Amino acid sequence: MELSFTQGRWNYESWGGFDPISSSNAKPPGVELWAVFDVPQHHIDASWKNLTHTLSGLFCASINFLESTATYSTPEWSFPPASGNVRYGTLPCEAVCTENLTPWLKLLPCRDKAGIALLLDRPSLYRGFYHSQRGRCVLAKSSSVYLLLDRGLVAELKFPNKENGKSAANGLTSENFWSNPSFELSVNPDRIFLEESSSHSKSLSILYMFQVEKYSESEPFDIGLMWKVPVAWLCQQTPLHASRFLMGSGNERGAIAISLKSTQFTEGFMSANSKDGSCELRVDVFQVVPWYVKVYFHSLRVFVDQQPRAVSDFIEKIHVSPSKDKMSPGVMEVVLKLPCRVNTAALTIEFDKGFLRIDEYPPDANQGFDIPSAIISFPNFHASMVFLEDDSLNRSPLLSKFQEKCPVMSYTEVLLVPLTTPDFSMPYNVITIKCTVFALYFGSLLNVLQRRVAEEERFLKAKAAKKTGRLPLLLSKLSAKLRGRRREPLHSPPSSSSFINSKLVLKVILVAGLAVGWQYFFS
Amino acid sequence: MEKVKKKIGSFSFWNWVTASIIFRLILIYFPKNLNLSSRPEVSTPLTSFRRLAEGYWLKQSFMSPYAGSMYHGSPLLLSLLGPLTINSLVSVIADVVSAMLIRATGQNLRLAYLRSLESLDLVKQIEVSEFLFSGDIAALIYLCNPFTIVACVGLSTSPIENMAVILCLYGACSRLIPLAAFGWVIATHLSLYPAILIIPVIFLLGCGPDSPPRKLFLQRHQQKEVLNQSKLPPRFSWGPVIHFAFWAFLWSVYVLVLCGISLKQFGGLWEMFKSTYGFILTVEDLSPNIGVLWYFFAEVFEFFRNFFLIVFHVNILFMILPLAIRLRHRPCYLAFVYVAICSMLKSYPSVGDSALYLGLLGWFVNELADMQFSLFLFCGYVGVSLLSPVMHNLWIWRGTGNANFYFATAMVYACLQIVLVVEGVSAMLNHDRKLRNLITGKPQDAKS
Repeated sequence: MELSFTQGRWNYESWGGFDPISSSNAKPPGVELWAVFDVPQHHIDASWKNLTHTLSGLFCASINFLESTATYSTPEWSFPPASGNVRYGTLPCEAVCTENLTPWLKLLPCRDKAGIALLLDRPSLYRGFYHSQRGRCVLAKSSSVYLLLDRGLVAELKFPNKENGKSAANGLTSENFWSNPSFELSVNPDRIFLEESSSHSKSLSILYMFQVEKYSESEPFDIGLMWKVPVAWLCQQTPLHASRFLMGSGNERGAIAISLKSTQFTEGFMSANSKDGSCELRVDVFQVVPWYVKVYFHSLRVFVDQQPRAVSDFIEKIHVSPSKDKMSPGVMEVVLKLPCRVNTAALTIEFDKGFLRIDEYPPDANQGFDIPSAIISFPNFHASMVFLEDDSLNRSPLLSKFQEKCPVMSYTEVLLVPLTTPDFSMPYNVITIKCTVFALYFGSLLNVLQRRVAEEERFLKAKAAKKTGRLPLLLSKLSAKLRGRRREPLHSPPSSSSFINSKLVLKVILVAGLAVGWQYFFS
Repeated sequence: MEKVKKKIGSFSFWNWVTASIIFRLILIYFPKNLNLSSRPEVSTPLTSFRRLAEGYWLKQSFMSPYAGSMYHGSPLLLSLLGPLTINSLVSVIADVVSAMLIRATGQNLRLAYLRSLESLDLVKQIEVSEFLFSGDIAALIYLCNPFTIVACVGLSTSPIENMAVILCLYGACSRLIPLAAFGWVIATHLSLYPAILIIPVIFLLGCGPDSPPRKLFLQRHQQKEVLNQSKLPPRFSWGPVIHFAFWAFLWSVYVLVLCGISLKQFGGLWEMFKSTYGFILTVEDLSPNIGVLWYFFAEVFEFFRNFFLIVFHVNILFMILPLAIRLRHRPCYLAFVYVAICSMLKSYPSVGDSALYLGLLGWFVNELADMQFSLFLFCGYVGVSLLSPVMHNLWIWRGTGNANFYFATAMVYACLQIVLVVEGVSAMLNHDRKLRNLITGKPQDAKS
């Protein structure tokens, strides 16, 4: 299981993407959670729900939003172990603040009163461009501070006796490696680790270790690095620089494009490696898209070196799990095989924007909705640094972590998709107007269907008038009324007026009698 | 003179037909993209070709075509239309076939009307020579209607659904019972609502095409005191109806078996019913269209959703019985009214549905000559079809309008259709009254 809280975006162009720190530790903005479950398949979703709720309570974050099936997905290949037991969920717009840091620190034995955590000064931490917390706690026996000199930096700095250092790669302190004309360290490192030869670059990283327990209140640990000469260096970058953006305008449809551009690393490395000309760079793309961004998978197109190419030429395998409305997001996993000398490559896919009900919009509906970061990984390359240690019993967990062979990964940007909103102030108006229109239809159609013509009634009246006597007249009128025929005024007005009067009196007497009886019955 | 007139009339009919086909072909092969297929008035989640392409792609990738809430149509359409690249030509062919069938049925109806007038001895009183050729007019209205052209060019499956409905009515009118059953089964399979056309079809097969009410014939013969049974319209006969039921059963079993085979490993028929009929009945997709249900179900509270779903669908079902009772002697007109009510109240209407009933309206130009508000309706239809894209653009593309603007045009459209149906029914009943007055010799009332 891995949980991370990140604010800011890792700048792959300046800060590199090939070393373990940027490959395994740089995380997408917001909250990311993935977990592998060991329970039977039908229990996994319930376990995931429990997990999200527990973590939400522990870390004071709204991780419980990940519990609904519309927010998490089941990747097939992207996360080792490749099985159906992995669940992956991310909240891209979750803001990270000190309330999230405090529960993390509570997990440490001395919290932030002593130890490493003393260094975590809130204002300076949150003022930075990028900060990330990740949960992968391995307890170390002793606390140390490490200073890593990147391969690119080491290539820039000119260490004396570099050739000697390569042969004596057993991590002993060597005077040659921490004194340098370009910089000066205020404290001498306790140990220096050299990286074992890396296949991907000529220079090797250097790791300085400072043990904190040697210092105390009287002799505080104050490490500083002073540059004597301005040094600029390029961190080693991922084979292809990945970025993602939206295309199209308007609130009806659009397209997502993932573009891969070659970096200096690619140019330098690939030309050295492509002996027979048939080397291929394998790129894995994993993308989760929420259900209201309805992706048309058949519109997936591949552009290599800015030329549209047939999809089957470059896509080795593709696994697609289409989104179900309100139920699950759309997952796309693509394995691309690009030629090593590729300059640029792009994947585009079109989508339609969905329409939600008014209760499905977040409070700020016009801001838009987030599409989480896509994960681009390069399985051909492993971002790991192997530092030889002589003391295998006392293995530092950080060095063990550096030695893990995990593929080089980079995260793309989070995309913000504006969706059209209905008018939120209108539910009652819409319902009443709609129902009025329906009543209009219903009433007028029934009226037209059952309407009887005037002549028919006049005919019936004429027939009735032939009969003598008031009682048959009364009865015929009553029957006409029951059958819903319109009452026509009679041809003899005087009799009608007295007739109406007597009828009125009869009605009044009837109603009065009913009222008296009711009162009597219920009093 | 009459023969010459007839010849000229039929000549210009074929002219018009070819002109409309050429116009459609021009629009299909127009170099600039007209973007008609993305208009919500034309393609709905049920009829969109793009979704059909997505369903076809999913099927080719060995996944269920209903896997992702994209495709909600019939699996038979997937197999038929998926591989075809020139999908628009299929719609053109469907339109032409529908027009020919409308023409044939119209001629049938006209002949039946003339025959019934003869047997009522009203030929002199009603100017028969002024009768328009309702079959030709109906076919031309159907072909040259901008709604039909847009639905054909705009990559929608509504021309095929319309063709199935017209096939059913043609078969029933011409007593071709297997054809009628086939049309009815396919129309119900493609979209759920033509199921209610079974009632006019039963009346058509039992009694024959449209004729004045039976009691008029009885009254006439009472007057003349000649009881010539051969001139009376035949009584309701159950034989053809049972024949039809048998064929309908056969065709539906065949269709279900075909669907079951194509969806065998993807969940079978239940999955298909849930994704097609269930989708239609539960109105899950709230994309805007020319109907009124989308905004309603976007705004209504969750608690009342099921209640209003039932109310709206019962609204269609409730009107079946009163209309059937009142218009049982005119089954084709009853079919027209049913089609109009369905296309007004269905979950995802489009202009293709309006094209169907406007075409069928052409069969009754002689009977509905006195319909009120005809100019108002015509101007209303023109106005709504012009304003609706404008309001949609304002709302979605420019952001200066509101959802209410577009919804208002949809409401006006619904009101226009209501007025059309009500006035049409009223005009037909008035026509029957006029005939009755002519027979019984009563003076004609101005407002009857």
